[in-house]
Order: sequence, then structure tokens, then C-alpha cells
Amino acid sequence: MSATIPIEITVNGRLRALEVAPHHTLLEVLRDDLQLTGTKECCLVGECGACTVSMDGRIVDSCLVLAVEADGTAVTTVEGLAGDGRLNPLQQAFLDSGAAQCGFCIPGQLMAAHDLLARVPHPTVVEVQEGLAGNLCRCAGYQQITEAVLATAEAADR
Amino acid sequence: MHTFSYARPGTLAEAVALLDAYGPDARLLAGGTDLVIRLRDGTLRPSVVIDLKRIAELRPAIREDAGWLTISATTVMTDVAADARVRRHFPALVEAAAVVGSVQIRNRATLAGNVCNASPAADTAPPLLVYGAEVVAAGPAGTRPIPIAEFFVRSGETTLARGELVAAIELPVPRRRMGAVHLRRTRRRGHDLASVTLCCGVDEAGVTRLAYGSVGPRPVLVVDESGVLADRAAPEAAKTAILERMFADASPSPRSMRASPEYRLAMLRVLGRRALRIAIERLAAGE
Repeated sequence: MSATIPIEITVNGRLRALEVAPHHTLLEVLRDDLQLTGTKECCLVGECGACTVSMDGRIVDSCLVLAVEADGTAVTTVEGLAGDGRLNPLQQAFLDSGAAQCGFCIPGQLMAAHDLLARVPHPTVVEVQEGLAGNLCRCAGYQQITEAVLATAEAADR
Repeated sequence: MHTFSYARPGTLAEAVALLDAYGPDARLLAGGTDLVIRLRDGTLRPSVVIDLKRIAELRPAIREDAGWLTISATTVMTDVAADARVRRHFPALVEAAAVVGSVQIRNRATLAGNVCNASPAADTAPPLLVYGAEVVAAGPAGTRPIPIAEFFVRSGETTLARGELVAAIELPVPRRRMGAVHLRRTRRRGHDLASVTLCCGVDEAGVTRLAYGSVGPRPVLVVDESGVLADRAAPEAAKTAILERMFADASPSPRSMRASPEYRLAMLRVLGRRALRIAIERLAAGE
């Protein structure tokens, strides 16, 4: 009944072959099996967005995805945003704007913001708020987070 | 989460056979945005979870054929809202699909799942009722259409029989020009469940269809064929009398956390009138 199932996921560009239990979520596999602890566990009901990752180019709450469902997909976590030891411009903008207070929600915020800018390169404030509506910040750093996203969009033109 | 076995059928027949064999011990998985929560909190303890996402017959996600648009069971809200055919023929469904949950939720949650979950607050239910959608139920004896108005029983309960699953939602492309809108009231903007969710459609023959949810055990459809509501010149008193009869089926729960019955009934009237006005404007503008 609870036998493990072999799956393959490309995580941050690297193909990973895993044996997962059917009741383990993508979030658990990322954190516990792959030690990618940037993705956070928080509400576990799809409201806070702390566990946001990108799966085949679309952001999802990884706490609501069974690991077996991710079989054959390409997943990007917050660890996949920076490259060659350099921060992604969005990450740098979060730092510059003071968008991270306690920091717990930031990996999810970054993944949602990254997704937003890929779909809407020049978002309005309302579009940023809507794009990040699935990500809660209990420090209420929304203004700085919004500023960081807008600044990244603006800087991309220069 | 307790353990279960996982099945990933490749055909509809395999899925139906599994569902028939396991009965209530099986749960269907499409987007999982409701299911996984309840697997985790233990309110559901199936012995098998049947994932529908690799079923060949459920592709393509959306197709148009002989005056009907068919949205397969595994089609997510993001794709419903982005589809050009849905946008052209069913704009109020687009408006509803675009406010379900968050981006993350809409990328996983399916239209069929929203319907099968049978939440009275399901945002896509009112437009599906207004547009006269049918649920395609697949079971051991074959498939049958269920008019959406006969589908909902109460929260979590539908008229699906044992061994049946929803293979698709079908929408008849309106033959008459129609103006329609979806509106809702939530505690906060963004990601929240509706305190009132509502859709109004007015067609060129003067028929007004109004559907509302989150104000009773199931979403309700009411129709005015008198032409009075659709007539901008009709006396206000006559409209009010008809609207009051249309709202008579609302019976909001006094135990809900989201809003009091008094507030919901007041907002139902406000949103109902607003939606009627917008639907008439859209019909006139040809939107």
C-alpha cells in the first residue's frame, strides 16, 4: 500500500531520480530528500505561498502537490534563481529595497514575483498586488516588496 | 498525511473501473488544491488516490464542436481564463475563473474540481448556471450529461452516482447575444472565499438569468422571462418585486465565519442590481 514510487524531476536544471511515498508532497521531497530548504513550509493549505516553486514554468504551492504528480516535470526553487554565485536582479532589488524583514516569506515572494515579471514585464502596482496575492508577509513588508518588483521591472529596460 | 496508494490511469475506462472497484475508498485527484488539504488534515482517508492528469481522453484541455465548448476535467483555471474561445463566448466565466484563489491556486485548481467540490461559494458555479452548462459524467454504464442546475446538492455533495466521475464541463455557445458579468464580495481583495458570488446574464430576447452562491447550501439559478428586468425603461417597483422573488431562495448560514446572514442578504441585493446593470450595459455595447 505504502510502497514508494520512482519518479524523476529536473530540479534547478539537474535531473533527480527519487523514490517517494505517494503521500509525500513536493514540498517535503524538496526539503527533506533534496535538502533544498529555501522553500518554506508554513500554512499547508495554499494560502500563504511560502512554499511557492515553479513547475513546468508555472508557480504552484508545493505543499498542495504530491511528489508523484511532479514526476517528469521541471521544478525551479528559490535556490535556482541565482546563477554563478550572483544574485538574480530581483533578489538584489529585494535586498536594496529592504523587502526582507524576518525573511521567511521571501523565497515564495521571489518565486511569485519572478513568475509575474516573466508574464507581465511591466506590471502596475495593482498587477504586482494581484500577482503576489497568494503570498502573505506577516511582517507586512508589502510596500517594500512591491517597490522591489517595480524597481526590477524598471531596471530591466536600462 | 496517512498513507494511500496512488493510481495514474491512462484511459477514462481504467479510471472508472478503479472508482467503481474502490467506491468511497477512492478519491479523484485533478488539481489537488482541495483534496491534498483534506488528505493532510485527515477529513479524507482514502485507500487509493486516482490521478486523472494522464488520461488520454482528457486532452485537449478545451475544444469546440457543434456549438458546444468542452472543458476537460483536468483543465486548470489559468487555462480557462486565458482561452480565446472561452473569452469570446463566456466572459463571465473568465471573470470568475480569474478570481479563484491566487496565481498558484489557479495554476493547479480545475474547473471540474471547483464544481465537484460543490462548495456553495464556488465562484465558477454562478456563471456555469447562467450559461446553462452541462456536466459530463462518465461511469460504468457510459457517459451522461447532467444539467449543472441539477448537479449541486449541498457542500461536498453532488448528484454523481457511485462509480461516476466528471470527464468534462460542456457549455452551449449562446445563440442569442448576451451580456453577462460575474461579481463577488470577499473580506479582502485577492485570495479569499466569497461571502457572495453572483453572475447575471441578459440576452437580446429580454431573458435575465441570475445565479448566486455562498448564500445557502448550494448555488441557485433563477430566470426572469418577463423581460422586465432587461428593460431599462421598466418601472423600478416592478423590477424590485421580481428581484425580491429571485432572491427568495437565499438562506445564508448563521454559523459562517465569513459574514453574517444579514450582511450577505444585503450584499446579494446590492451585487444583484449592480450585475443586472452591467449585464444590460454589456449587451448594449456588444461585449
